[in-house]
Amino acid sequence: MTSRFREQLEEALFPPLVALLVALICGDLLIMSYGQSPSMVYRLLLEGTWGNAYGFGQVIYKATTLAFTGLAVSVGIRAGLFNVGAESQLAAGGFLAGLMGLALSPAVPGAVALALCMIAAALGGGVVGAVPGYLRVRFGAHEVIVTIMLNFIVLALLNWFIANHLHVPETLHTPEIHAGAIPRLDRFIPAFHGSAANFTILAALLTAAAAWFWLFRTRRGYELRAVGLQPDAAEYGGVTVGGVWFRTLTVSGAIAGLGGINYVLGYKHYYEDGFAGGSGFLGIAVALVGRNHPVGVILAAFFFATLSQGGLAIHAFVPKQMVEVLQGVVILAVAMSVPEVRRALQQARKPARA
Amino acid sequence: MTAAADNTAKPAHPIIHMKGIDKFFGPVRANRGASLEVLSGEIHALVGENGAGKSTLMRILGGLMKPDAGTVEVNGRDVTGWSTNDAIDAGIGMVHQHFMLVPTLTVAENIVLGKEPVKSGMFDYARAVSEVMALSKETGLTVPADRKVSELSVGEAQRVEILKTLFRGAKILVLDEPTAVLSPPEVKELWTVLRRLRDAGGTIILITHRLDEVMDLSDTITVMRAGETIERLRTSATTPAEIARAMVGRDVTLMSPQGEALGMLGHSAPDASAGHAPNDFSAALEVTDLVVTGSRNTRVVDGITFAIQPGEILGIAGVEGNGQTELIEAIAGLRKSVSGNIRIAGYDITDKDVAERRAAGLAHIPEDRHRRGLILDYSIADNLLLGLQNDYSRRGVLDSERIAENAEKQIESFDIRPPSAALPARALSGGNQQKVVIAREMGHGFTVLLASQPTRGVDVGAIEFIHERLRAARAADAAVLLVSAELSEVLALADRVAVMYRGRFAVVMPAAEATEEALGEYMIGTRTDTAA
Repeated sequence: MTSRFREQLEEALFPPLVALLVALICGDLLIMSYGQSPSMVYRLLLEGTWGNAYGFGQVIYKATTLAFTGLAVSVGIRAGLFNVGAESQLAAGGFLAGLMGLALSPAVPGAVALALCMIAAALGGGVVGAVPGYLRVRFGAHEVIVTIMLNFIVLALLNWFIANHLHVPETLHTPEIHAGAIPRLDRFIPAFHGSAANFTILAALLTAAAAWFWLFRTRRGYELRAVGLQPDAAEYGGVTVGGVWFRTLTVSGAIAGLGGINYVLGYKHYYEDGFAGGSGFLGIAVALVGRNHPVGVILAAFFFATLSQGGLAIHAFVPKQMVEVLQGVVILAVAMSVPEVRRALQQARKPARA
Repeated sequence: MTAAADNTAKPAHPIIHMKGIDKFFGPVRANRGASLEVLSGEIHALVGENGAGKSTLMRILGGLMKPDAGTVEVNGRDVTGWSTNDAIDAGIGMVHQHFMLVPTLTVAENIVLGKEPVKSGMFDYARAVSEVMALSKETGLTVPADRKVSELSVGEAQRVEILKTLFRGAKILVLDEPTAVLSPPEVKELWTVLRRLRDAGGTIILITHRLDEVMDLSDTITVMRAGETIERLRTSATTPAEIARAMVGRDVTLMSPQGEALGMLGHSAPDASAGHAPNDFSAALEVTDLVVTGSRNTRVVDGITFAIQPGEILGIAGVEGNGQTELIEAIAGLRKSVSGNIRIAGYDITDKDVAERRAAGLAHIPEDRHRRGLILDYSIADNLLLGLQNDYSRRGVLDSERIAENAEKQIESFDIRPPSAALPARALSGGNQQKVVIAREMGHGFTVLLASQPTRGVDVGAIEFIHERLRAARAADAAVLLVSAELSEVLALADRVAVMYRGRFAVVMPAAEATEEALGEYMIGTRTDTAA
């Protein structure tokens, strides 16, 4: 049993570590091609992120949104569904949370207002996720195509709403919300002063815990993973595959939508057009690197947030885009190293067993 | 051609001569020293049950596969291991069971595809049409050259497929079960065309397992069984019964692992059925006029009616692909039935879903454990839960204590090895995987058990074990519907045997009266009684 556990741990940890190593080597080459010292650049990158409270606060803030979108994508993948629509689900969630915050009176108690705003966010993302779920079940329309197309539709609709109805003149954002704001971390830990880190990170961690419980400890989760692994066997086991698809995409969308509160309620206190800024798409990479496990997703979210924030810190020496290249390398390395490293591990074990 | 008195045809100058062909797929030996001799200008039938190795042999001839041993000669030239292009150049045309046509292109475009007539660098459609029309007239294969393939009937599409090979200069035509998708008049038309092609000097190899077709059309016959070539016969000098015996094999019991058990049970079967005589109570499983349609609206299960009493095993024999899979899936709720009625102990489950049927007392050992029966990446414990997940959760949360308890109990009582509940099903041997499925389906109470190929790909020890369990289920008054490709298994276990042929029961008889020879004739359609 313990050796089995060790094997599972090895299989979970080795591939991403190998991928990270490959990415670091590629990064070395890139940095050297700019005539800079890799060790210095990496040191700067770490100092600018985990090395000081402000940088770390920014990492927390960025990781929060990525945790939500990463969880959203990974829940879908567990059911065999590829939700590429986290971007628009995130935006829709933020939008509805903002609307709720605007509609509520400041007299509403904070906890109630926050709960209502969060429900609105989940609802916004959930509806955008339910559409591809319904179309898949009813017409067999592939969720990848539908979610990609919905990204365009939903983002354009939101842009139109803001630009024509709700914006503060000269800007593309709504007026400040009256209720439902989430306090920043610097209220309690002054060192975070100036950073956007806020208590949404707790919601992200709770969501990850809930997702883990749902996936691995409930009957619905058992059925969901069965559908993802072998839909025919799930059907044989009395699972309504279409129902699982619909529910999963809806929940996936709701999780992504909930991520919208990080910016809208926690950071700016208004909805701004384009706030998602690619976090939904990066969520796909987060899910991939996190191996679709809630714990892995949280770690991967922090990793990508570090890269993103660190890019600003090393800007003076190498172009910020280098970090984006590095992100791409990590994603490719993980995609390639997972099956390879797994095979190598299994091969290494074989003689020991025989 | 002087050997008319001898019913073993001795070819003079074979146009195709395959000798000692071996082909392995992992541990499966699809061909074992198979041979084939075909004369120029004859219609040669290659017959045998599904899995006898006919298609593999033809794929080797067509260059789609290379043999592991043996030689292939065409026109006296050694061409062993050639490519598909070589084969086409040498005039071999394959007409596959599944059409390889582009549905959005017209008939003429499909036929000339790969050899298009060209005028000043552009595709010359008018010439394509005229060439196709000319070929069509010459061969008598009438096709609408201007129509899109997607608008054609199956028979028309098949003619297009044949024309396509002829357009590329095929002199030797290989047809893989060409009548499987055709209606009787279309079959007649095809016969006319094939005879005309032969009379014009073509050579035709027809893969089939239908003896009426063989007798009707062929000049010579090669019979294959279990990867080996059994006999080469002259059609005019043989009888369907002789071919049937060669196909099914008189000695099949000696070759199968349960051979001995069959010998013993063959005699004890009457006692067994007497001890479990059908009683007056309502049947455990009652199927009435069940119709299931497949692709193209063919009736794959064509109005079947039967009942199984508690404490009875009804065995279904038959060549695979005669509707057994669809019948089982329809009863299990995995496939919609068009009409008819299914009852478990009098309770109508026709419109119930899989979970409701389970709750009504249905257990199901599916024919393909890797596709349906197991979730290979789930642990043994989790696999022992599949379909029972409702019973093992409280308010939606899985009850891990009871799940672990259940796993421990089932692993012990069904002797699943290695006995480690956390191991993924993928890591088990085939026999132990099947034991997991059987433990799950038979480890809880059930009224009716559907057992589909319960011992497929399982080692001898596990087969014995599984047979014991099925007999124990009968002794415990369960009703068992057993489908097996192994005739000997059906005979060894069943109280009554039904033979399924083209979606119907060709015959239902007490196992005590059934012999392999008699069932064999029903299996390949040379005999049919009143459809049950």
